[in-house]
Amino acid sequence: MRVLGISGSLRRDSHNSALLRAAGELIEEQGAEFEVYDGLKAIPPYDEDDDVGEGPAAVAGLRRAIAGADAVLFATPEYNASIPGVLKNAVDWASRPVGDSPLRNKPVAVIGASIGMFGAVWAQAELRKVLATAGARVADVELAVGHAHEHLDGDGHPSDPTQREALRDAVGVLLGELEGAPVAA
Amino acid sequence: MSSQTAQQALPTGSWRGDSVHSTVGFAVVYMAGTFQGTFSAFDARLSDGVLRGTAEVASVQVKDPNLEAHLQGPEFFDAERFPQLSFDAKEVSRSGDDLTLVGDLTLKGHTEEVEIKGHINDPAPDPYGGERFGLQLETTVDRTNFGLNWNNPLPSGDPALSNDVTLIVDLQLARES
Repeated sequence: MRVLGISGSLRRDSHNSALLRAAGELIEEQGAEFEVYDGLKAIPPYDEDDDVGEGPAAVAGLRRAIAGADAVLFATPEYNASIPGVLKNAVDWASRPVGDSPLRNKPVAVIGASIGMFGAVWAQAELRKVLATAGARVADVELAVGHAHEHLDGDGHPSDPTQREALRDAVGVLLGELEGAPVAA
Repeated sequence: MSSQTAQQALPTGSWRGDSVHSTVGFAVVYMAGTFQGTFSAFDARLSDGVLRGTAEVASVQVKDPNLEAHLQGPEFFDAERFPQLSFDAKEVSRSGDDLTLVGDLTLKGHTEEVEIKGHINDPAPDPYGGERFGLQLETTVDRTNFGLNWNNPLPSGDPALSNDVTLIVDLQLARES
């Protein structure tokens, strides 16, 4: 089993990218492969005129990465109470074509962190809605790490035992979605 | 008991739905009107008084392919995991040409007993040497009982999509030789 991690933050020292790596450790502990998608910055703005054939190379890479994973774990920050534009844009590309999107029926989960107190909870909710509309199988999990600069260690591990357990639970629920499901080619 | 009742209310013998001349669909209030869709692939059989119908949820047809894809997805019918909906009649009673069916409706892995009201057109010869009869059936269910929970708020805050969905079935069943 292979899980793809997508962080909604491009920043080098992103709390969400760190949180995602910590989740990846737990995924690998469970015997699944974990890979972080690092091409988000290269995805061009969605333009239907460019959405022909495989689309732009960066988009084709994103679609292949999602198609090749059995599940996708998103970690998102929150910009202006919503999903970062680069992440929403990438999901928009991945959601096309609608009937044959790599997100269709794909088990996904969303977690998030922010330096504010709410842990990107609104961005997470909106991302879940967007992913569900794209046809993904959205796992019923939530992990909102607020004050991430204080509540995540340098490797992205939550310092709060309850949140560490919530991260483990989130990973468990996502991997649980894959039990009995066909493995990605 | 149920098959005995069905045998009294429905024609004897084996009959199969003629899918070309039959319709299986649904109607649900959405925003300011009623939205309707159909399933193009379905099967209905009456044999020895036992009436059963199934529909392939991936065959849902509406007027927009993007919406069809959404309806097939996990938020609605979840065709990947629950490819069929089904109805198994347990009791059928008849008064004149009016029917009342009680049976199990299974959708998205959930089964609920439902009562269906309907009408029967008794068997009659068709122009092709066969014989067929008609059933017009209708019932309203709460979609959230079956895990179809999607909604979106209107600007007023009210939900855009009603929970009550009317299932509408118009069948022609031909006698099997």
